[in-house]
Amino acid sequence: MIVEFGHFALILALAVAVAQSVLPIAGSIRRDPALMAVAPRASVVQLLLVVIAFAALTYAYLVSDFSLLNVVENSHSQKPLIYKISGVWGNHEGSMLLWVLILALFGAAVALFGGNLPATLKANVLAVQGWISTAFLAFILTTSNPFLRLAKPPIEGQDLNPVLQDIGLAIHPPLLYLGYVGFSIAFAFAVAALIEGRIDAAWARWVRPWVLAAWIFLTAGIAMGSYWAYYELGWGGFWFWDPVENASLMPWLAGTALLHSAVVMEKREALKVWTVLLAILAFSLSLLGTFLVRSGVLTSVHAFATDPTRGVFILAILCLFIGGGLALFAFRAGSLSQGGLFAPVSREGALVLNNVFLTVAAGVVLFGTLVPLIVSAFGGAISVGAPYFNTVFGPLFGATLLVVPLGPLLAWKRGDLLGALQRLSVVFVLAALVALVVAWLNGATHLLAAVGLGVAVWVLVGAFAELWTRARFREAGLATGFRRLVGLPRSAYGTALAHAGLGVTLMGIVVTSAFQSETIVEMKPGETATVGAYAVTFDGIHSAAGPNYSEIVASMSVRRDGVLRFVAAPSRRLYTTRQMPTSEAGIHTHGLSQFYVTLGGEGRQLGAVVVRMWDKPLVTLIWLGALVMMAGGALSLADRRLRVGAPKPARRAAPTVAAD
Amino acid sequence: MRFAAAFALILALAGPAFAVDPSERLADPALEERARVVSEELRCLVCQNQSIDASDAQLARDLRVLVRERIAAGDSDDEVRDFLVARYGEFVLLKPRAHGVGLMLWVLPPALLLIAGLGLFLAVRRRTAIPAGTRLTAEEEAALKALSQEGDGKPTP
Repeated sequence: MIVEFGHFALILALAVAVAQSVLPIAGSIRRDPALMAVAPRASVVQLLLVVIAFAALTYAYLVSDFSLLNVVENSHSQKPLIYKISGVWGNHEGSMLLWVLILALFGAAVALFGGNLPATLKANVLAVQGWISTAFLAFILTTSNPFLRLAKPPIEGQDLNPVLQDIGLAIHPPLLYLGYVGFSIAFAFAVAALIEGRIDAAWARWVRPWVLAAWIFLTAGIAMGSYWAYYELGWGGFWFWDPVENASLMPWLAGTALLHSAVVMEKREALKVWTVLLAILAFSLSLLGTFLVRSGVLTSVHAFATDPTRGVFILAILCLFIGGGLALFAFRAGSLSQGGLFAPVSREGALVLNNVFLTVAAGVVLFGTLVPLIVSAFGGAISVGAPYFNTVFGPLFGATLLVVPLGPLLAWKRGDLLGALQRLSVVFVLAALVALVVAWLNGATHLLAAVGLGVAVWVLVGAFAELWTRARFREAGLATGFRRLVGLPRSAYGTALAHAGLGVTLMGIVVTSAFQSETIVEMKPGETATVGAYAVTFDGIHSAAGPNYSEIVASMSVRRDGVLRFVAAPSRRLYTTRQMPTSEAGIHTHGLSQFYVTLGGEGRQLGAVVVRMWDKPLVTLIWLGALVMMAGGALSLADRRLRVGAPKPARRAAPTVAAD
Repeated sequence: MRFAAAFALILALAGPAFAVDPSERLADPALEERARVVSEELRCLVCQNQSIDASDAQLARDLRVLVRERIAAGDSDDEVRDFLVARYGEFVLLKPRAHGVGLMLWVLPPALLLIAGLGLFLAVRRRTAIPAGTRLTAEEEAALKALSQEGDGKPTP
């Protein structure tokens, strides 16, 4: 019964979404407040209905209702509780339901927190949200319905893919979707603005918090996915340039560009047309990512061709929204007024440069991801893998990073490049020094690493140059300077932190890639092998049983400087239902570095196993950097100047940043 | 004995170890290093987007051994790649070569940058072209300069 309630709620949600897509627009055209007022209510009702549907599916998973096809295919009665819950979105149908749930969540959030939006803009934005909801709800109900019953329910389910039975599945997809779908708000605002043919700085002010929030979530989702792949897939890599990863990187690049161009628009009313285009592109790339991952086109273009219902439906959604959005842009962009002028060397100019680099980077990733698909659709075969992307994307992004510290030091309208460079001279000397020392210590073999580390220091330290400059310690003295520093707006700190995070991540990537050591060795119990600074003794091996798997666990004493630091327990598991093996790595974090060991198969000698281990210096910086970026985003989001929702300056927060 | 049985079962099902088994390695560290570098750029044809260096698949193992045989026989890195392309087609290269469709992949990124740069240049030129009438006269210029220098002299409180 509960499942049928959920199914019914989902169908009702579609009906509500249709109403939400049509009535408010009609209202905005006829200037009818009653019709426009449908939008916020419909959004909230839609959210409630989708929540009911999602809760019903979760319930079916919790009680292992094997009369549901979706539960049979992806669950097992012995599966641990957390994976019963996360398993709801660990499959195609459920994950699309999560997508729609988050879409409804954002729609309702705009309805509830968008009190200060002009009525017509709000109605139009929510109507566009309604179009997206309609499309995806129709997609779920016609091609990917999770509520299909079985006439003859089996006794037991087929279990969830073992690789997905991890805490990562509980966190990664929701974060990623919050990011992807968050850009739908920017898209809706852009389309609404195009429909009205009016756009100003206030528009950017309304959109920016949403874009920033989506960007924070997407950053979190990507970083989390990267760490999950790192510890779960067992070969110690953190980024594989897999199409699935590229699918999330493209919206991130476009979203980052959007974030920056929206700043220009808000502050200077410039780049309006470009910002609108970026808003459309960012969401288009999110849709494309959903299409790539969800249509099955990646696994095999041919499988996609033989069972194309789902793929063609998403492709139609894709064409409709991207094509429609771009067509509307082409028609109406001319009617948007041009904004303020600026010299090439200025804050605006720097942000334009940032946009150029980021969009070109997104384009490169897009092309590299799609070319193999296109070629294989025509019967050919070509591979575009990590070595290609590293060669092309590396220099491109490196060049982007070089200009990051400069931007915030340039003034709006007309900047002083020489002055900015002068202020960065100390940072430059520091970065060059680091590069030289690294090069001197390691010789010619690690020249690239030396350069990379120099750039990392340049970005990391340079990120704080703006704060330092604005505090003006030298002229104002320590006390006044410090007071100024504390008094700076949070968004300035946000910028500094987000940029510094880039430097931190780069440092982690460079150091790990260049200076990790790897040992692959056959070991018998009692033997010791070394990797980097670690000496590892293989103590023995035992078997164990988990709730839905059996495993063999090796016990390894990890010593550093002769002191026992950690007993690693890498294992190989066999998930009984699917008869699928997985390898669980043993990881020990030491400061910012990690020791990483995985277990291979049987060795040649009797009783020996093959062991692969790494000493990965500073590897955690890769993900810590992402955390720093997110903290920067959150700080910026907390800046009261950015919250248009707080227009009543009833009481100015006492001396600026009263720590609240 | 039960333990031994479980051990054997899991290892057997777990397949033939994983990437780069110690038994595959070449004795000469320099050659082995070359083999690793070449392997990282070769696709495991039956896997999804994995290099033969990282893959557990039997085919990847066979290809790793093949690469090492060729290198031990004195082939250069390019000759090894040519050999594999002759056998398996361009698909085996994770880093496409610069001809055919592959050429587009290498030309596009710099072309995109160039186009964007050109567009930027044109946009800047168009926008900074100030209509003649709005330019300051020499006198106004001088007056402005005098004003701004006056301002520089005294620090604002």
